Amino acid sequence: MRFGSIAVIACLAALVGLLAYGVASKQTDTSIDQAVASGKRIDAPLATLPVLGRSGSASLADYRGKVVVMNFWASWCKPCIEELPLLERTQRVIAGRGGTVLGVNYKDVSTDALAFVHRFGLTYPSLRDRDGRLADRYASRAFPETFVIDRRGRIAARRRGPVDQRWLDATLPRLLAEHA
Amino acid sequence: MTLLALVLVMFAAAGPASLPDVEDEVMCVECGTALNISQSAVADQERAYIRREIARGRDKQQIKAGLVREYGPGVLALPDDGGFNLAVYLVPGVLALLAAGALALAARRWRRGGREPAAEDPGPQLAAADERRLDAELAAFDR
Repeated sequence: MRFGSIAVIACLAALVGLLAYGVASKQTDTSIDQAVASGKRIDAPLATLPVLGRSGSASLADYRGKVVVMNFWASWCKPCIEELPLLERTQRVIAGRGGTVLGVNYKDVSTDALAFVHRFGLTYPSLRDRDGRLADRYASRAFPETFVIDRRGRIAARRRGPVDQRWLDATLPRLLAEHA
Repeated sequence: MTLLALVLVMFAAAGPASLPDVEDEVMCVECGTALNISQSAVADQERAYIRREIARGRDKQQIKAGLVREYGPGVLALPDDGGFNLAVYLVPGVLALLAAGALALAARRWRRGGREPAAEDPGPQLAAADERRLDAELAAFDR
């Protein structure tokens, strides 16, 4: 076979490979859901992000030793806004028991997000995931989404969709009772 | 005339932006489509942000910079040059090189084909006896 033909076939194979990689990389990662469903706890992905409404940045790692109710939300997401009062009530209950709610504000205009923080008097912090990279690592696809991280930094529960009091009551007490 | 056109272009570039002017250069950050064809809650928020910035007298570049501050560089219609997105820049170049190579090869073959015509087809061969008879008959016609 001549060199020209080999080169053309190699280039076509490379293009097909590139296309296959592109398609494969867009597949939804289900490892977190599978782990939670089987009762396994895997390390929660970490990222250092700017804090909403304050200077400086923070990471989930800063909350090691606490039970963290990590809630992905955005001001343009109506169900996210509807659950903010419940999350604030939860914060008031768990703050004294070694837990915290941690908002992760997703692809949002900071002033719009802060307007809701003030409107609902949210006392828990929110990090700004402005380009959605942290959400990608949690394979987030339908907002709001909430992940409960145990005191050792592992994902113990997840809720893809709005949380309700019953789910929080079934999830948080046993985790708050655990030691680091 | 050229100077006037230049001044008008400079004025247009530095002046306040319009929504359609910005919309076609940014993406809906959640839908993955250009903002001017996107209908979603986050697209509405982006448009509201752009309108607010226009009302504040910001030009297009300032608005785009503000959008990047809020949503990250992915909000720009031009993708970044990292990771898989690098393919957006590399693949057209590779394809252009391949096309140029194929054209050069085709041109070379065509030129070579022009200089060296294919050997003429001699047609079916006559048997020696038939050839002698044909020669004799042709010679008879010549007489």
